[in-house]
Amino acid sequence: MGINRRQFLRGAVGAAATAAAAPIADAVPFDRREPKTLPPKAVGMLYDSTQCIGCKACVAACKEANGMPVEQPQRLADWNEGTWDTAEDISGKTLNVIRVYQNGAMTQKDREVDGYAFVKRHCLHCVDPSCISVCPVSAMRKDPVTGIVTHNPDACIGCRYCVYGCPFNVPQYQFDQPFGRIAKCQFCNHLQKQGKLPACCDVCPTGASLFGLVEDLQKEAERRMALKPGELYEFPRGKLGGDRSGQVAPVGEYQPHIYGETESGGTQVRYLTGVPHEKLGLPKLPDHSFAAVSEGMQHTLYKGMIAPLALLGGLVVLARRNVKSDEERHKDDEERPS
Amino acid sequence: MTAVTHRPLGGKVVTKPFLILGLFLLIAAYFILRRFLFGMGDVSHMSNGYPIGTWVVLDVVIGTAFGCGGFAMALLVYIFNRNVYHPLMRPALLGGVFGYTLAGLAVMIDLGRYWNAFNLLLPWYAQPNSVILEVGLCVMAYITVLWLEFWPAFLERMPGRFKQRYGLDKLQAFLKKYMYVLIAIGVLLPTMHQSSLGSVLLIMGSKLSPLWYTIWLPLLFLISALAMGYGVVMLEATLVNRAFKTPSEARLFARLARVVAGLLAGYLLLRWGDLAYRGYLGLAFAGDWDGNLFLIETALFLVPLFVLVSHRRTRQRWQFLAAVSLLAGGSLYRLNAYLMAVRPGNGWTYFPSAPELMITIGVICLEIMLYLLFIKTLPVLHGAHQAQP
Repeated sequence: MGINRRQFLRGAVGAAATAAAAPIADAVPFDRREPKTLPPKAVGMLYDSTQCIGCKACVAACKEANGMPVEQPQRLADWNEGTWDTAEDISGKTLNVIRVYQNGAMTQKDREVDGYAFVKRHCLHCVDPSCISVCPVSAMRKDPVTGIVTHNPDACIGCRYCVYGCPFNVPQYQFDQPFGRIAKCQFCNHLQKQGKLPACCDVCPTGASLFGLVEDLQKEAERRMALKPGELYEFPRGKLGGDRSGQVAPVGEYQPHIYGETESGGTQVRYLTGVPHEKLGLPKLPDHSFAAVSEGMQHTLYKGMIAPLALLGGLVVLARRNVKSDEERHKDDEERPS
Repeated sequence: MTAVTHRPLGGKVVTKPFLILGLFLLIAAYFILRRFLFGMGDVSHMSNGYPIGTWVVLDVVIGTAFGCGGFAMALLVYIFNRNVYHPLMRPALLGGVFGYTLAGLAVMIDLGRYWNAFNLLLPWYAQPNSVILEVGLCVMAYITVLWLEFWPAFLERMPGRFKQRYGLDKLQAFLKKYMYVLIAIGVLLPTMHQSSLGSVLLIMGSKLSPLWYTIWLPLLFLISALAMGYGVVMLEATLVNRAFKTPSEARLFARLARVVAGLLAGYLLLRWGDLAYRGYLGLAFAGDWDGNLFLIETALFLVPLFVLVSHRRTRQRWQFLAAVSLLAGGSLYRLNAYLMAVRPGNGWTYFPSAPELMITIGVICLEIMLYLLFIKTLPVLHGAHQAQP
């Protein structure tokens, strides 16, 4: 971490102006902003797709804990007095959802071909979040201790660049509301402050959604990966290291990578899955956040506002001279008898 | 050499075209009302896969590039001291005034929490790493500067006694004395925010096709904004010249052609060179949606480049064609980079709804109406020779 791979042209003021003429020796003629690091007491979640039974208790609990409305297609609006929540993806009404991967005959769970698998969608609480980098009014914030990415609707102007820029498509604007706001999982920050668990981890019957410190969760994930598939293991439930009894179940056949460990500079939610990540809607991403690219560019061009101020100085001098000479010419014209 | 004098064009303001434009404005007003009463989803097809739609991309990202006439001409006239182009300055400035002001209006329609818009100006909310904040503040400042730069046109029109009574003559003298500061700021601000409109996309990463996603986005946006600025000046002058039979500026444009051709050549070299360097040339010829869009863009830029370096550049008809092609190419570049080459995944698609487009069109109509009103009633156009009645 922290190694500057691309050192050349560092500190070149006004890179954009000079770079056109400079030989293209490297694709990135400026440094990416230093990667952000995991906060000291970062909390997170380990979602083990092989343990998820798709009961959606976490979806219902999330709605209740966050006061979000039921979501359903128009044609089901009257069914059972409109109480059946059938959210297909996260949206302005749904902060957390279970989706299912289906292939062919769907005969075996967690298998890519002729199989099916569950995946949970909500905010991954990036270590280096794009939404925070793009937000013009600091409505998105990352807790310096827990690392939870929160949203403040009183600051938010609704420009939706967090929606646009999030590599996971997490923040959701309520387009159907005249006074819509950005909906996004805040890891039940309000419950955590009362010493409670995030609702989804609290209700998960199998421990597929497990709450804990990110560092511990990472170790837990590595432990599971080291086990032999099919071997019995006591999966902790609720909170990692908590006093709840575990659930004994066979270990899944995991993909060789813990999703979220490196993606987009790392996330505080980690995924263990049996089916390749892309199949589950978890995009392939580089090991740095695009926020580091964007901010690296801005910090190069606007370092201490030196380049813009220098440019302004030059412009003022030139404009003054040229406006003056222009006026003098006009004066000559006016004085000349016509 | 004759001094540059500006004259109001005169003539009836409420004409048939003006009324037709007004009709479109009324339709837009209806849908804008609906947007505020029932939410954006009521009139637009924007979604959480494509949260940025035509209001931002057409009215702001492309609209402000059309408004870059003032920026491009000021750079040429006042910074590079090419005074021959002075007659084109004020109409270009007026185009900028409306291009940018109405982009501001479009943003207010588009903001999902517009009542909080003031937070952009409150330092304790500011998030200095945000490219959008820089664009927002820069554009707001530039709108102010544009109106100030344009103020002399109002002041020249006012009766002298009225000005004296309200101290406006002093303001006029003050503006005149320090106009060079305004001009300098008026060149700096678009340089900053037009390049930043490119930087905005740096966050998109894997969501944007590599044909558009490059670290040169800011420079490409800046060059294309300048080129489009000159294109708009050519287009505007030709249209006004034809419609109102004012003196032709074709000879001036033949000189300007070299500048524009240079910009276009630079742009294309950077675009293709960068693509080749990164090893993505194959994508351009893949024959798919992205590749073809990229090739169409390039073709639209090549047309003006060839016209403007050939002997045809002196002919008004060819200049017009070059300007139209240039503006189409620049607009397509921005549309592609912000919308058409964006892949949010998850099966999201976007095509604007009719009401959404009507709002965009209405804003453009308002722009044209105000432009017509202003050139007819205020000293904007170059009148060294008396315009024919």
